[in-house]
Amino acid sequence: MAKIISIEEAMDMIVDGMTIMIPGFWAIGSPEKLIDALVAKGVRNLTGIGISTALTTKGIGKLIANHQIKKFIGSYVGRNPATMEQMEAGELEVEFVPQGTLAERVRAAGFGLGGILTPTGLGTEIAAGKQVINVDGRDYLLEKPLRADVALVKACLADKAGNLVYRKAARNTNPLMAAAADITIVEAAKIVEIGEIDPDDVMTPGIFVDYLVQG
Amino acid sequence: MDSKDVFIAKRVAREFQDGDFVNLGIGIPTLVGNYIPEGVRVYFHSENGFTHIGPMPKVENEIDKDLINASDQYVTILPGGAFFDSAVSFGIIRGGHLDATVLGGLQVDQEGNLANWRMPGKKTVGMGGGMDLAAGAKKVIIAMEHTNKGIPKIVKKCTVPLTGIKCVDLIVTDMAVMAVTEQGLVLKEIAPKVTVEQVREATEAEFTVDPDLKVIEV
Repeated sequence: MAKIISIEEAMDMIVDGMTIMIPGFWAIGSPEKLIDALVAKGVRNLTGIGISTALTTKGIGKLIANHQIKKFIGSYVGRNPATMEQMEAGELEVEFVPQGTLAERVRAAGFGLGGILTPTGLGTEIAAGKQVINVDGRDYLLEKPLRADVALVKACLADKAGNLVYRKAARNTNPLMAAAADITIVEAAKIVEIGEIDPDDVMTPGIFVDYLVQG
Repeated sequence: MDSKDVFIAKRVAREFQDGDFVNLGIGIPTLVGNYIPEGVRVYFHSENGFTHIGPMPKVENEIDKDLINASDQYVTILPGGAFFDSAVSFGIIRGGHLDATVLGGLQVDQEGNLANWRMPGKKTVGMGGGMDLAAGAKKVIIAMEHTNKGIPKIVKKCTVPLTGIKCVDLIVTDMAVMAVTEQGLVLKEIAPKVTVEQVREATEAEFTVDPDLKVIEV
């Protein structure tokens, strides 16, 4: 059963140096209230995992603009000038991961897999240092699981058992990240009683969710 | 007269079959969606998590804040479309379920290798979903200008960091349409008023000329 907590209680769990996953595609599907609270708290030296660094005023990009992230793992940093400046200044390390590979590495971490085999990136510089495995005559790159201390998830609807529903393009990496962290905290726009969400409509089962915060 | 970009986009748009699922990259590829011929239904996949991208909302109250395309523009979804998470979205891409993708290019070489994500000496913004698209779509179409201010972009061997190896099927430029085959590059079509000699001068790669060479129609 997910526990409903305040944003302040959620922030008490996040400390300097943690690895944090934040979903969102151009910050659609990002938990903006939790991110704002993290900016206010000012924890530093975080490793951030996300699709992109979004914008300086949106999503995970706000943490970068506030110099709270020392390493970012994701697929794109264009449109966030703070990321570019900090990369050039040597303040921020960026590990570029193809977007589909990022999704699968996160999924692997959540679902007990030792890695995934993908053709993406074969023969490119991102293959450097990675094992190439041939299966039935085809080469694949071994990509390892990507796990976090905390996942900050955004749902449009949750019930008190932690079952989640997302809207439209806001789903993106939310269901994957919800499963891949030691602590999963969900910012839900609406929290309803158990039974109000049809089990057939649940997109992330409550078993993955530790805490709910009212969005 | 069309700009180079529009000319390229119009030619690429004639490449699809009725019912195809297609993903368009950013830049010239995005324009392709505007020129799909009448009578051909093409369904566009949006890598942020849905199929059947619809037109942009015309009025403010049609905007849904949870419905953008991969370029962060508000769009709509057409009947028949579906939303899904990033693993499914890239499973569609990597699993060979897309009939085609259209990507931009910095360089393409005669083996069909593609470089389009990073230019040494310039800021690196990341590959986004480009490497997955290059690796996974059934047909990879490159839409780009034939040269970069006179410097050939179709080369013997790519000299800038690769996006994917042996992945390109067709190259469409303002001067030519070239297919990547087992036997190397084949010039299939040339732009009106362009000669094969001019294409040779603007191309570093070796290519053969299709005996049935056609003029590009848009």
